[in-house]
Amino acid sequence: MFKNKGNFLLLTLLILVTALTACTQPTNTTKTETKPTATNSRLDTVKTRGKLICGVNGQLPGFSFVDQNGQYSGMDVDICKAVAAALFDDPTKVEYRNLSAQERFTAVQSGEVDLLARNTTWTISRDTSVGMEFAPTTFYDGQGIMATKASGVKSLDDLSNKSVCVQSGTTTELNLTDQMRKLGLSYIPVVFDDADAIYAAYQEGRCDAATSDRSQLVARRAILPNPGDHVVLDMVLSKEPLAPMVVNGDSPWFDTVKWVTFSLIQAEEFGINSKNLATFTNTEDPSIRRFLGLEGQLGTDMGLPNDFTARIIKHVGNYGEIYDRNIGKPFQLERGPNKLWTEGGLLYSPPFR
Amino acid sequence: MLENIGINWIKKNLFNTWYNSILTIISVIFISWLGSGLLTWIFTTADWTVLKDNIKLFFVGTYPVKLLWRIYLSLAIITILGGISWGIISSKTNLFNKQNLIIIFSISITSIIISLPLGRQTGITLLGLLITIISSGIIGQKYLSKVSFFTKWLSLIWVITFFLVTGLIEGGLFLEPVKIDNFSGLLLTLFIAIISIVICFPLGILLALGRQSKLPIIRWLSIGYIEIIRALPLIGILFMAQVMLPLILPPEVRPDRVIRAICGLIIFASAYLAENIRGGLQAIPKGQTEAAKALGLNTPLMLTLIILPQAIKAVIPAIVGQFISLFKDTSLLAIVGLIDLLGISQSILANPKFIGKYAEVYLFIALIYWIFCYTMSLASKKVENN
Repeated sequence: MFKNKGNFLLLTLLILVTALTACTQPTNTTKTETKPTATNSRLDTVKTRGKLICGVNGQLPGFSFVDQNGQYSGMDVDICKAVAAALFDDPTKVEYRNLSAQERFTAVQSGEVDLLARNTTWTISRDTSVGMEFAPTTFYDGQGIMATKASGVKSLDDLSNKSVCVQSGTTTELNLTDQMRKLGLSYIPVVFDDADAIYAAYQEGRCDAATSDRSQLVARRAILPNPGDHVVLDMVLSKEPLAPMVVNGDSPWFDTVKWVTFSLIQAEEFGINSKNLATFTNTEDPSIRRFLGLEGQLGTDMGLPNDFTARIIKHVGNYGEIYDRNIGKPFQLERGPNKLWTEGGLLYSPPFR
Repeated sequence: MLENIGINWIKKNLFNTWYNSILTIISVIFISWLGSGLLTWIFTTADWTVLKDNIKLFFVGTYPVKLLWRIYLSLAIITILGGISWGIISSKTNLFNKQNLIIIFSISITSIIISLPLGRQTGITLLGLLITIISSGIIGQKYLSKVSFFTKWLSLIWVITFFLVTGLIEGGLFLEPVKIDNFSGLLLTLFIAIISIVICFPLGILLALGRQSKLPIIRWLSIGYIEIIRALPLIGILFMAQVMLPLILPPEVRPDRVIRAICGLIIFASAYLAENIRGGLQAIPKGQTEAAKALGLNTPLMLTLIILPQAIKAVIPAIVGQFISLFKDTSLLAIVGLIDLLGISQSILANPKFIGKYAEVYLFIALIYWIFCYTMSLASKKVENN
C-alpha cells in the first residue's frame, strides 16, 4: 500500500497529531454569559456582542426559510430583524440558528440563542414550567380543514365517514379526533409522517379533506393544479397563537423584545410605514412624536436608542407590511384575526407613553 | 459481424432456456413501464428551475458570496493534487486505460447534460475540473513521478493540503474568518464527513489495539467504550451532543454546534471502526508478531511496520463501507437542526416559490450522495488492487 515504511510511520504519526489537535478544538468556544441579573441582562450582552442570535425554524414556508440569494426570509425572520434594527440600526446584524422542535427550548435556556422566533404556540405550560417568557403574539394561527369544492364539505358534520389526511404525532391529529368525538361522528384518518406526503395524497384524491394549520393549508392550496377547486373552510379547530420568546427572569431583555413587537403593531395603527416614515418627522401629533422618539425618552429609559421604533419601521416596516410581504402576498391569506383591533382583529398594542 | 455478436450474446444470456425467456420478457415489460414513467416525469412534469435557481445554496449554502473564491481555490488545489497523485500512482501503467476513458467520457457527457437543468455555469465548472484533473494527471505521470520528493512525500503533501484547505475555507490569520456554525449545504456535509473520517480512523485503530491490549484496565475501558457506543443509536448520540451537552457544560464553555456534531459522529464511528480493524488484527498470523519480535523490534515499531499495514489492508472494504455509511449518516444532522445538504434542501422547499417541488430536490441530492459514495467505493477498489 505504501511505497516505503518510513512514509507509513510518518503518516500514522501525523494523523494521530491531527486527531489530538482536533480534539482540543472544542476549547475553541464562544464565551457566553452568566445568569442574567438586574445589572447583567442579555440586553447588554447582545449590545456588546453587536449581533443578535436568533433561533428560527428555517424550513417553514412564510415564516423562515433561505431564499435564492442565501438570505433568511419570512415572518419570524422579520421579528429577529426588527430587534436587530432597534438595537443596531442594521437588520443584517443577526445570526440565525435553525432549531429543531425538540431542542428549541433548551437552546433558549442554555443561552445559545437570545431570542426564539420559531412558530411556537404560546401555551400555559411553556410559559410557566418550561421557563419561557412569551412576547406578544405575532401571528394568530389555527387548525383548519381544506376540502375539494366537489365534495361539498362545508362543516365538520359533512366530514362524517369521509377520509381526512393528517400529519401523525401532531396536535392537529389530536384536535381533529377530539372535535369529531365531541360531535359523535366517525371519520377515516389517513395518517402521514410528512407534510409533503399529505398534500400529494390529497392531490391524488386519496382523502376527501386535509387538515393542518390554516396558514399551511392556504400556502399549499396555492400550488395545487387548480387552486379554485379547493376551499379552506372558515371554521377553526384550535387556537395557535405564535409568539417570539425569551428566557424567564430577564426583564430588560424581555421588555425589549415585547416592545419591539408592540411597536410593529402600533406603527400600523398610526399608519406609519417604511415608505411614509420621513413625512412624520415634522408631525405635530404628540403621541406619534413620543412613539418615534422625537419627544420624551421612552427608548432611552428602557436602555434602547430613543428612536428605536423609527429604526424598526425604516428597515423592516410595520406589522401590515411584514404580513403582506411574507404571508399575504405569496399565499393570498386574508389577515383574519391578524387584523388590528380597530378593524375587528386581535392585534392590540398598549399605549406608548 | 458486430450484429451477430450482439444477437449471440442476447441468446446466450437472456433467452437460453424457456423460463429465462419468460423472466426476460417480464423484466423488460416491468423496467420499460417504470422507466417510461420516470422519463416522462423527468422531461415533462418535473420543473427543474428549483435546482437552477438554488444551485449555489445546494453546494455552499449561505457561505458569503464575496468569499466564494476561496471555495473555488480550494476545489482547484484539491483537483490538481488529486490529478498529480493519480498520475504518480499510475506512473508505470497507462493513464488512459479503458475504464478511465469511460469515466472521463461519461463525466463530460454529464457536464453537458446537467447544463440544461442547472445552468451553463455548473456544466462549465465541472468540465473545467475534469480538464484540470486530466492535465495535472499527465504532468504528474510525465514529470513529477520522476522527482523523488513528490513520490516520497505525497501523503505528507495531502496532510498539509488538508490543513491548508480547511484554513482557507474557515479563514483566520489574515483572511476574514467564516464561522463554522454558518457553514451549510454540501460544504457542511463534506466538512463534517471528512473531518470525522480523518479523526475517527486513528481513534478506531487505538481502540482496536486497546481491546487487544494485555493491560487489563486499557482492555476493559476499550471494550466498555466500544460495546456501549455500539449499543446506542446514532441519532440518540447526536441529540445528546446537540441538546443535552449545553445543559451539562458550564455556561462559559459553549462549543460550536458543528463541532458538537462532529464529536458525536466520531464517538459513534470510531467504535464501529475499532471492531472492523480488530477483525484485521485477528487475521494476521501469529508468526508475524513472533518474527517481528525475533528481529528485535519494539512494540510501536512492530505495530506500525508489520502488524497494522497488513491488518488494515485486510479490512479495507469494511473500513470504506464504514466511511460511506458515516458520510450518509451526516444527513441525520438535518434532524438536529444543522443545515447540511438535506437541511438546506428542506429550507429551499420552504421557499413559497418552490413549495411542492420535493421530488426534484430529493432526486438531485440523492444523486449527489450517490456520486460521493460511489467514488469512495471505486477508490477503495483501487487501493485494494494496489
